[in-house]
This record gives sequence, C-alpha cells and structure tokens, in this order.
Amino acid sequence: MSWSRDDMVKRAAAEVADGQIVNLGIGLPTEVANFIPAGVDVFLHSENGLLGMGPFPLDKEVDAQLINAGKQTVTALPGASVFDSALSFAMIRGGHVDLAILGGLEVACNGDLANWTVPGKMITGMGGAMDLAAGARRVVVLQSHASKDGNSKLVTALTLPPTALGCVARVITELGVFDVGGDHFRCVERAPGIDDAQILRSTGARVRF
Amino acid sequence: MKPKVYPNVDAALDGLADGMSIMSGGFGLSGNAEACIEAIARRGVKGLTIISNNCGNQGQGLAVLLKNRQVRKVNCSFIGGNPDLAEQYLAGEIEVELNPQGTFAERIRAGGAGIGGFFTPTGAGTTVAEGKETRVIDGRLQVFEKPLRADLAIVRAAVGDHFGNLRFYRTSRNFSPLMATAGKLTIAEVDRLVPTGTLDPDDIHLPGLFVQRIVHVPEHKNVIEFRTTRDGAKRDGGKP
Repeated sequence: MSWSRDDMVKRAAAEVADGQIVNLGIGLPTEVANFIPAGVDVFLHSENGLLGMGPFPLDKEVDAQLINAGKQTVTALPGASVFDSALSFAMIRGGHVDLAILGGLEVACNGDLANWTVPGKMITGMGGAMDLAAGARRVVVLQSHASKDGNSKLVTALTLPPTALGCVARVITELGVFDVGGDHFRCVERAPGIDDAQILRSTGARVRF
Repeated sequence: MKPKVYPNVDAALDGLADGMSIMSGGFGLSGNAEACIEAIARRGVKGLTIISNNCGNQGQGLAVLLKNRQVRKVNCSFIGGNPDLAEQYLAGEIEVELNPQGTFAERIRAGGAGIGGFFTPTGAGTTVAEGKETRVIDGRLQVFEKPLRADLAIVRAAVGDHFGNLRFYRTSRNFSPLMATAGKLTIAEVDRLVPTGTLDPDDIHLPGLFVQRIVHVPEHKNVIEFRTTRDGAKRDGGKP
C-alpha cells in the first residue's frame, strides 16, 4: 500500500528538526506545518517577508496584510518578525534557512530539480522557487512518484527546464524516501507493502536499496 | 522646504506620461498602492513598463492596466493567478521578463543603492542565465544580474509623515521600501499621515529622503486572494 497524501506530508514533517528555520513551498509542502511533531520548535519562513509564521487565523483575526507566499491569510507567532523582500531572500540565499520542503515536477538522481515550468503548458513564473532551491541549506522534495501521464518524476536527467542544479538531498513520494546518489537514487525507506520491483518499475533512474 | 504632501493621487501623479517605467509595491493584491493604480488606469497612459512582483492578480490591481492595454512590458517574478497577463503573454502582445523573486528584489535594491549589478547563484544553469555573464566564485557558478530603476515608484505605507518617513505594516512591506529607493520619483500613499517628528527615529522603516510625494489615502480595499481560516470554511478569493 502506497502512502496517502497525509502519510507523505507526515513523513516530510519528520525531516524537520527542533530549532530549525524552515520554508515550506506552495501546495502540498504547506501542509507539513500541520504535522510538525510536538516538542519540535521551528520558525517557519515565508518568502514574502515573514519569519515565525503561525497557523491560519480564526475568522475574526483575519488580516488582509498578513499573508504567506501563497497569498493565504496566516498569523504571526510570538517572536515573529516581518521584513522586506531583499532581506527575506538574503535569508534564503545567504544559507540562513536550514530546510526547504518544495514541490517537484522532476528530480534527477544528481540532485537537479525542475519544478517551475512545463513549456507550453504551465506558465506561472518561478517566483521564489529558484532562490529557495539554490539557497536553502537542505532541500527536500515532496512530490508524487509519477506524473499524471504516468511518467516517472524521478529521472536520470531532467527533461524539463531546471529550477536549480544539484540542489536536492531527498525526495519523498507515495512509494518511499529516496536520497540522491549521483548516478542513482538510494531508497532509504519504503511505504508499507511496496517492494523493490515496484520501485524499480516506477523509477526512471537506477535505484539502490 | 517644498511641501511633499499632495491633496490627492491625481495631483501627485502630475507628470505621468506614456512609455514610463513604473515600480509598484505589493505581493499579489496585498499591500498595493491601490489609489495610485486606479488613477493610472483612469489617466489611460499607454506603453507602460510595469515592474512589480505579480502585476496584479485575478483581474484586479495592476491587472486593470493590462485589461486596458496600457502595458507594453512587465518585469516580474510570478504570473500565476493572473489570467490577463498569461493571455497577453501567450498571444505575444506583451513582453514579460521573468526574474527569480530574490534576484528581482536584489536588482531593485541594487538600483536604489547605486550598485552596478551583482553575481548570484540563483538561476545558474537555468533559462534565467541565458545571455548573461557567468562566473565561478568560491567554487560556485553565479549569474550576473543588472540593477533595476524606474521613472516612477508607487508604494503604500501604513504611516507616513510630511517628510516622507514611512512605516509599513506586516507583510505589506515586501518590495515597497526597495522600490521607493529605486524610483526617480516615488509616491507614497499612506493610510495615516502624521506630523513630522511623530515617528520615533528608531521606528522608521524607510527614511523620507526616498519619497518625493505623499498622499493620505485612509481607505483601502485590502483584497484577500485566499481567505484561509482555521475555524471557518476556506473561502478562496473572498473579500475581508
């Protein structure tokens, strides 16, 4: 049985260590905030200029001028700070953000990441994705193992335009957890009931176990 | 000293002309200089270059200028959620220069700070680096990025005094203080206008020398793109 979306998000939350500065990408990674274990105290960074981001507000607390990078209303926890975009990206580029958990379209086994565009299909711009991928001290990608067309999103070499090269440390999919190994992925954990054959069949690159 | 406070945004926008480059603060529809944007739309100036992270969204904010066909070029980082921009871009009717968001912010900072450009690892090995000088610095491939300036910068601040000292509120700060430094002419629309000397020097986010014109705009729409709450329903795109 492969992992559900919630299982994947929970597994990604286990990557977060106490005391870290963490940036969660838009989409599925945002939900990691809901599963950070008790006793793990982190400051969430939102690249639009907020460190110490809290949960969504109560209806009566909603503030149009307190949003995250996905333009959702959020709150600020005690100890939070706000700042301009240049300082926000100085935090990212300067290596002051310990962990970024990002969505992915393709990850190559050498750590190259594609997650910002599909030529002719997805035209949104890169936003902060390239800075986060290139700048965060550790990049973990949370994505499905295959695209909707059934193609593996874990590949030997990217077919999509890269976001950053050699930046990804680990990929979490519904089948398991995979570390980049240069010319292969190393499967370090698998979802219950998933065997080697299924992982090999589903992965567009060499896998070691 | 020549007074900087103008009675309304139309007066403050004196000199606005076709073909100008305009920096506009805000992240999506949050923290926009709403009154200035509406006035630019009313004036109907054409051939504008808009330098803004999103150039409006959901048909609102700067997207109104797109609908009015007032914009020749957009310099931004993200166009998701902006169907007007995507449509005109795909039809080849508008030029779009996409920047990584941190590079975009730093280009504006460099413009305002008199820096001739900078090398950044962001975008190395990607389409962003095409046609740009690259260099390996401390073992890492980096891309040369040039500064950005504009004829006009429009920003919203929570509090301003008569000299133009500004304080921003929460995540409405974003690109605004940077853009204020990089505009040849910077207009600040402030929620609250206070006498000079009211703000404590330690509490000023942007010193007033960067602001040439100030307008008191007490009411803003404060559009929320995604109203997310933990006790109520998720009402995307709702009004506050």
